[in-house]
Amino acid sequence: MPAPAPQKVERKYVSTVNACKLCTPLGACLAFRGIEGAMPLLHGSQGCSTYMRRYIISHFNEPIDIASSSLGEKNAIYGGAINLKKGITNVIRKYRPQLLGIATTCLTETIGDNVPMILKEYLKEAGGPGDRETGGPGDRKDFREQGGLPLIISVSTPSYVGTHMDGFHLAVKAAVESLAEGGEKTGRVNLLPGFVSPADLRYLKEIMEGFGLEYTLLPDISESLDAPILEEYHKIPDGGTPLSEIRAMGRAQATIEFGRTLNYSYAAGNPYTAADYLQARFDVDKYSLGLPIGINETDRFFAVLEHLSGHPAPDSHRLERGRLIDAYVDSHKYLFGLRGIVYGEEDLVIGLASFLSETGIVPVLCASGGKSGRFEECIRAVCAAHAGNPAESLPVREGMDFYQIAEEAESLKPDLLIGNSKGYPLARKLNIPLIRVGFPIHDRIGGQRILHLGYRGAQRLLDQIVNTVIEKKQNDSPVGYAYM
Amino acid sequence: MSCDRESLAGAVSQRACVFCGSRVVLYPIADALHLVHGPVGCAVYTWDIRGALSSGTELHRLSFSTDLQEKDVIFGGEEKLAGALHELIDRYHPRAAFVYSTCIVGIIGDDLDAICKRVSREKGIPVIPVKSEGFKGGKRDGYMAACAALSRLVGTGDTSGIGPFSLNIMGDFNLAGEIWIIREYFEKMGIQVVANITGDGRVDDIRRAHGAALNVVQCSGSTLYLAQSMEKEFGIPYLRVSYLGIEDMTESLYAVAGFFGDPHMMERTRKLVRDELAVLYPQLQKYRQALRGKKAAIYVGGAFKAFSLVKTFRLLDMEVVMVGSQTGRKEDYLELKEITSDGTVIVDDSNPLELASFLRGKKVDVFVGGVKERPIAYKLGIPFCDHNHERKEALEGFIGMLNFTREIYSSVMSPVWQFVPGRKR
Ligand code: SF4
Repeated sequence: MPAPAPQKVERKYVSTVNACKLCTPLGACLAFRGIEGAMPLLHGSQGCSTYMRRYIISHFNEPIDIASSSLGEKNAIYGGAINLKKGITNVIRKYRPQLLGIATTCLTETIGDNVPMILKEYLKEAGGPGDRETGGPGDRKDFREQGGLPLIISVSTPSYVGTHMDGFHLAVKAAVESLAEGGEKTGRVNLLPGFVSPADLRYLKEIMEGFGLEYTLLPDISESLDAPILEEYHKIPDGGTPLSEIRAMGRAQATIEFGRTLNYSYAAGNPYTAADYLQARFDVDKYSLGLPIGINETDRFFAVLEHLSGHPAPDSHRLERGRLIDAYVDSHKYLFGLRGIVYGEEDLVIGLASFLSETGIVPVLCASGGKSGRFEECIRAVCAAHAGNPAESLPVREGMDFYQIAEEAESLKPDLLIGNSKGYPLARKLNIPLIRVGFPIHDRIGGQRILHLGYRGAQRLLDQIVNTVIEKKQNDSPVGYAYM
Repeated sequence: MSCDRESLAGAVSQRACVFCGSRVVLYPIADALHLVHGPVGCAVYTWDIRGALSSGTELHRLSFSTDLQEKDVIFGGEEKLAGALHELIDRYHPRAAFVYSTCIVGIIGDDLDAICKRVSREKGIPVIPVKSEGFKGGKRDGYMAACAALSRLVGTGDTSGIGPFSLNIMGDFNLAGEIWIIREYFEKMGIQVVANITGDGRVDDIRRAHGAALNVVQCSGSTLYLAQSMEKEFGIPYLRVSYLGIEDMTESLYAVAGFFGDPHMMERTRKLVRDELAVLYPQLQKYRQALRGKKAAIYVGGAFKAFSLVKTFRLLDMEVVMVGSQTGRKEDYLELKEITSDGTVIVDDSNPLELASFLRGKKVDVFVGGVKERPIAYKLGIPFCDHNHERKEALEGFIGMLNFTREIYSSVMSPVWQFVPGRKR
């Protein structure tokens, strides 16, 4: 018999056990929630929208309405056009949205409903405006006065292709494609942050304002999914990117897009992103960056902002960065050589891996349910530079589920898990701490307030991680020492 | 008033689908494999959805999916399904496997029956298809699909050792260990519990459930169909019961004792109730005083639960100003009307907007609902109490009454409401 291969033998997995991803339409709904006055509508059976609402609510603790075209058996056979049209009419009547974002589901994709065509028919029958040229009105007030149709956009999100992140980015792209307009250039900057927390988004706004930049953040769930208490229930939550700003995106000077796995070249025939579209169609410069997590990735982001604004970063950020490095120094002895498993959405994991390897923690496994084909290369790019973390030894795995993560974890002997709540059973089994980041967090309060980005996010993460490590040591110690 | 109809296209209903209905009913069977045949979403969203506890194996808490991909949708997912079943059965050695079909499976036309039959033969355990294509109806159709699947197990096991004073507990999911509380009551009464269907359920128990003398069925609809078919097929009568609130709990225990008609059992039951109430009543008093006259609103899954809650609030001297359910039937609503006072709003399959306006308009002090209603209540600054599948505190039985009262009390009396706009007194 030959000696066993050094690498684990790839097993042929035919089932997914405890998936590390969600389905495409959920991501689209989340992105639509970040547009002002928008209402997501799922074209499919009733269950999907109920599930997704429940799932999103458990993280954000916020109401989220997702309408459904509620297909029944007849529709599944004869097509869902009639229900979709009825659904649109009902949602418009009830919610008066400025924008209706329609996402398909596995059902409607499989029965082959052609949503763009159905929408065309619908608009014709309704005899109203609503396509790109005539568009919905600029804000909710004149929309009401006009009593016209909202803008309707659709995105194809078959749940058997890709993950919720694909759905998210596709919805953002669909919004830009149907709204952005050209014209005389402005100095504005488009910022496409990807799926990050409301707290992250609020901080990003603060950063942009600090640089004196006029900007458009798309999507912006900072208020719509993390809102203050209200006296009256709002049919559609406040907040979100105004449609007028999305229109203006074609006239911006630049687009910054977060997400290293998104950095495709569409010239090579690969699918392209909202930023690519803006560049190709309106000649808006594109800056593709990783999620700014940790010092290096944040430095890259700030360098772009300095360049675009023509100013150095405000002192407050420099001070924050300095304090962060000071904290890295204070913590290094507790963290060096610790072994961390990081999982979740690909781009989040890439950012976290970059940050962890800066602190001396070795990401011994980077796992995601996504399958961009670029995950490994991106992780290597951000981790290569750090001593003590030979990038070649990092196992990076796409298309993973929690069963596979657990299987690998056994021999990896990790000290920490870093990821969403779904890793809790594994953390419990291994008796190691779980640092909760990303989505979903549904076994703790405050998932929407977790800060991951920038120097401030890194500071928060660092404090949390190092204190968790110290606490574990303290708890495990026979004497329970009281000084570090 | 119309009810029991399909949700309107475009509505934001609080309702779910067939798949969801069957999944929640079967899921607590802890030593079975529950494989969702479909894209990944359905399986993830129902992963460990209820926190139904098990006294042993916990296979049910994992989420299994065939994670259909584009090529499976085009070429069919049958072989993938068979492969997944083989892999998972070899790995986990379940006592049975349930295979749930999702929307898409109904469309691509995979022959679930044939695959299940084949794998069942190859593996020597029951492999049961659950016909739960999401678009083929509502949650209640899912209950029916689940019961149809259970019927294929019932009657296949050995019934020796089952005495005449025996029953199956049906329609309880062992949330927060509730079925253990109820089992203990029955055991104290001298009754043998054959099978828990489905909380803390075991395949082998369910297979011999037809040996029991009685089925006690809780909850509006989830396992009623099974009880009815067991009555038809095996002549086993059933009683509908509720374990929520003192009134219904007590009545249910007496009804069961009455069914068996044994005077000793009745005496034991009386003593059980006496003992429990002696402990419970004094503890309830202080909460009751504080809660007197407060207004409650109820919006829950099944109408049966709504009945019990109405009575429970009455016991606490509270006023029920709104009551509704997602899956009630016409008779249920008539009965609700009967047991509530005039002016109580009765709603069926409501949406968030309607709910919000009722809650505001009626100035409720506490709202009892499910997890999807919680954020609406909180956003409006209205005290809320979860009474759904995700609860972590036992609310059934006598102890459950105390837990529930405590929870209502701590929700209503919390000082945080003073900061909420529009709620200052
Ligand atoms: S996988 Fe398909 S049926 Fe299931 S929730 Fe997602 S879109 Fe709906």
